[in-house]
Amino acid sequence: MPVIELNYSRLQKLVGKTNKKKIKDVLPFLGLDIESESNDEVRIEYSPNRPDYSTDFGIALGLQGLLGIKKGLLKLNIKKTKSYSLNVDSSVSKIRPFVTGIVAKNGKIDDKTLSQLMVMQEDLHFGIGRRRKKSSIGIHDLDTITFPLKYTTTTRNYSFIPLASQQEKTINEILESTDVGKDYGDILGNSSKVPIILDAKENTVSFPPIINAALTTVTTKTKNLFVEVTGMNKDDIEDMLSVVATILQSAGFELNVVKISGAKNSTPTLKTRIMKLDTELVNKMLGLKLSSNTISTALRKCRLDASGTKSHITCIIPRYRFDIFGPMDLVEEVALGYGIGNLVPTLSPSQTIGQKNNQSINLDLLSSILVGLGYTEALNSSLTSKKILYDMTGRDSSKIISVMDSKSQEHTILRDSLLPALIENLSRNIHETYPQKLFETGTVFSRGNPINENINLAAICVHKDANFTEIKSILQSAIKTAFNIECKTKTFSNSMFENGRGAEILVNNQSVGVIGEISSRIVDNFKIRMPVVGFEIKLSGLIFD
Amino acid sequence: MSQVFHDIEKKIIKVLKETKELSPEKLEEKTGLSSDQIRRGIEWLKLKNLAEVKESQETFLTLGKNGKIAFSKGLPERQLLNLLKEKPRNISELQNELKSVFGPAIGSAKKNMWVEVKDNVFSLKNEPTKFPEEDVLKQIGEQKISANKISDQKAIDSLKKRPDYIIEEIEKSKIISLSANAKDLDLEQSATGAIDVEADVPSIFVARTHPLKDTIDEIREIFVTLGFTEINGTLSQSSFWNFDALFTPQDHPARELQDTFYLEGISEKKIASPEQIRKVSDAHKKNWRYYWNIEEARKMVLRTHTTCVTIKHLAETKSDEARIFSLGRVFRNEKVSYKHLVEFNQVEGVVVGKNVTLRDLMGIQREFYKRIGITKIKFWPTFFPYTEPSLQTMVYNDRLGKWVELFGMGIFRPEVTKPLGIKNQVLAWGGGIERIAMLKYGLDDVREFYNNDLSWLRSATKCQ
Repeated sequence: MPVIELNYSRLQKLVGKTNKKKIKDVLPFLGLDIESESNDEVRIEYSPNRPDYSTDFGIALGLQGLLGIKKGLLKLNIKKTKSYSLNVDSSVSKIRPFVTGIVAKNGKIDDKTLSQLMVMQEDLHFGIGRRRKKSSIGIHDLDTITFPLKYTTTTRNYSFIPLASQQEKTINEILESTDVGKDYGDILGNSSKVPIILDAKENTVSFPPIINAALTTVTTKTKNLFVEVTGMNKDDIEDMLSVVATILQSAGFELNVVKISGAKNSTPTLKTRIMKLDTELVNKMLGLKLSSNTISTALRKCRLDASGTKSHITCIIPRYRFDIFGPMDLVEEVALGYGIGNLVPTLSPSQTIGQKNNQSINLDLLSSILVGLGYTEALNSSLTSKKILYDMTGRDSSKIISVMDSKSQEHTILRDSLLPALIENLSRNIHETYPQKLFETGTVFSRGNPINENINLAAICVHKDANFTEIKSILQSAIKTAFNIECKTKTFSNSMFENGRGAEILVNNQSVGVIGEISSRIVDNFKIRMPVVGFEIKLSGLIFD
Repeated sequence: MSQVFHDIEKKIIKVLKETKELSPEKLEEKTGLSSDQIRRGIEWLKLKNLAEVKESQETFLTLGKNGKIAFSKGLPERQLLNLLKEKPRNISELQNELKSVFGPAIGSAKKNMWVEVKDNVFSLKNEPTKFPEEDVLKQIGEQKISANKISDQKAIDSLKKRPDYIIEEIEKSKIISLSANAKDLDLEQSATGAIDVEADVPSIFVARTHPLKDTIDEIREIFVTLGFTEINGTLSQSSFWNFDALFTPQDHPARELQDTFYLEGISEKKIASPEQIRKVSDAHKKNWRYYWNIEEARKMVLRTHTTCVTIKHLAETKSDEARIFSLGRVFRNEKVSYKHLVEFNQVEGVVVGKNVTLRDLMGIQREFYKRIGITKIKFWPTFFPYTEPSLQTMVYNDRLGKWVELFGMGIFRPEVTKPLGIKNQVLAWGGGIERIAMLKYGLDDVREFYNNDLSWLRSATKCQ
């Protein structure tokens, strides 16, 4: 979940008539978790479905609502003007077909605002922009740009001075030598042309979705902004633009329209939506009997507009609330506006009779028998390492099942047997009192259609006199007592066991597992200094399906 | 007082009554016990304040290599003086005769002005009557004798300065005696057939189920008591059931390799019925506006939550009323740390019904927590892709002195239920079991559950 850093004092100023304590109390009820705080600084975790909370301006909007300071939706005032236009060349269609934008004027950008905008941009890129693939933003100093602009394509030899650089670089150099180039260059694939935004003087404004030009760098001296968003889908880029526009208006900027045309592109409208909500649905879901008025008030506290009759509410949803898909999303808004703390839990009596799963019942039974036989239960991961499962035990690794890109070297493959991890457990306990007796029940995996999962039982015993007879007695006694199943053992040779001391376990002449004295080579590999005996038996199919 | 004594103790007391002070070696000899038995017996008697142990040390001297030569041939200076007594000699003659002791002999003779040198010829000037060091050498001889027995400390010190003349060894010894309150003990009177019931005994360990399993069982029991029926499913699942059926778009960050474990090169051919696939993909296309790819949905993952089992079950049964729960391992591609595992247990409950509400969902939570001993709880809003509204429970952890997040919950979105033909609302909640078990067992490191450290498994108390 994304995290932003902000200051209580600045937030308080943005919200208006309130204090730090009230803010602190209300933040969680907006769905914002306080991750850590020290004095005035606070780190807040927000949900990726609410990109408007990626700046303190957006959070202030939410707080104003819940605190009752300002209710209803924030109307975007976009000044209609012919000063700003952007023309799209059809050559972008196959690479990054859509662009949109807005001009924001007469604002003040202090250090904090600048850093909030930078963080917002990164969060939007990462979240709804899907690492800039779906959509990406460029924020520019308007006064360095001459309109009209052109969104077109250029070759990879084209050069300009990119952001944070002193000298010209070619597109190829940017993609090969800068961090952003290396991280996001893949989005452009290997097309010979790349998208570019040029101004009326043929100056480069931006090379989306990679980097802006140094020319248009925003600083604390910047007063007027030009924001462009490019992407693969018109709705997606307008989603992103709507968030930025809302934040900039909240930050005190005047919005001006940018006329966009060409190659199926159009001027963004950032229009509100209307959605109908049944009061009955709200009350049915929340378990309340709220009047249509109370519901409307609750919605307005969530910065939506709402009004209605007894049975229906008409809700007006601002463009940036594209997380609202349907009436159930509005039910949640009502719950938030009404106050989660005001919902009293109810316990309705159950009409059903509870029941454990057959598998759970049998495994519990088996556990109690093994504990009675003096065996302690161990738990190991189903994800393990090739080293433990195969290398140290010399087992056949030809049917290995791997997971991709594991962050942990000890968890890269799925276990096909429980015994290796149990032997490894013994090696960690060589300083503990002997005898040591362990068992485990758990899922093992094998290739099938596409994967077979079985529940196995394994038990292991180590002490100076541990031997085959002892472990066979345990196996037979456990299975017979728990499930009234007789099992036999039949000689076979297996690299896990000492020569002539291993057997397969037979139930009704079907092989269901292995048993024996663990090979001294394996015991040595795990640095265990006493003989180890053990068995592993497949329970699936034997005791339950 | 009828004190109980071990046989070993009895034998030691008996011998010490006869001879007041004895070394352990002597005790061994007189009692016929082994040195180990004597050692233990003395320890026991000391603990009971019946015996005293005095420790002393004594220095012993033996001759070193050079000391032994001097013992037989005389000190180097003596050898030099004997040669010069015969006649004056030049330096090379003396070197030839005296060899390695030439240096120290000349040094000592010059220092004491026994010899004089003229034109490189040495002659005797005056002869000392006696060397006290030679007396000491004689006294020690081939023996090892106590330093206390030699009175001429000056001569010993002088010999100690010479290399390898005298070897000093310090020997520690113990003298055992009975303490005052043991002297009146009547061994015959002490109780017969009785044993020391106050003595420590060896620890034994009970075999037991795993503490985490105990918590899992307890949770299972609570669900059953609340009228829920357990369902289970496989740990490997197609992306379709783990993500797509739960309205998680195919380009959602949670679906990336760095969060989810994909099984390398393994896809499922038949993930669901054609109708289910069509309706689920339609919900994605309509709301998320992207190209839904069935190959993505076929990729096998290790389930990231138990919700895939629940939704599959609901899609199969299409029950109008149900209370079910599912419990088991789930997987996340995380860096293992004190708070994160790649594999952990999750429990999830679901209530399906025509008249069930968000408040009912909160009520079940409150009841569940009450039964595991947590009463201080509150609810905060949160976000999950597949529920709306969504809440999380916060519980107060007394030990940490703060609110910690526990289960998440919500009502399944219509975008989840409708395509799968589930008509009524579905209340769902769930979360990690290790977190609850950590609270119960007071652990700060979640990895401890899977270390299989016997010292912990053998000592963790069952009842927490």
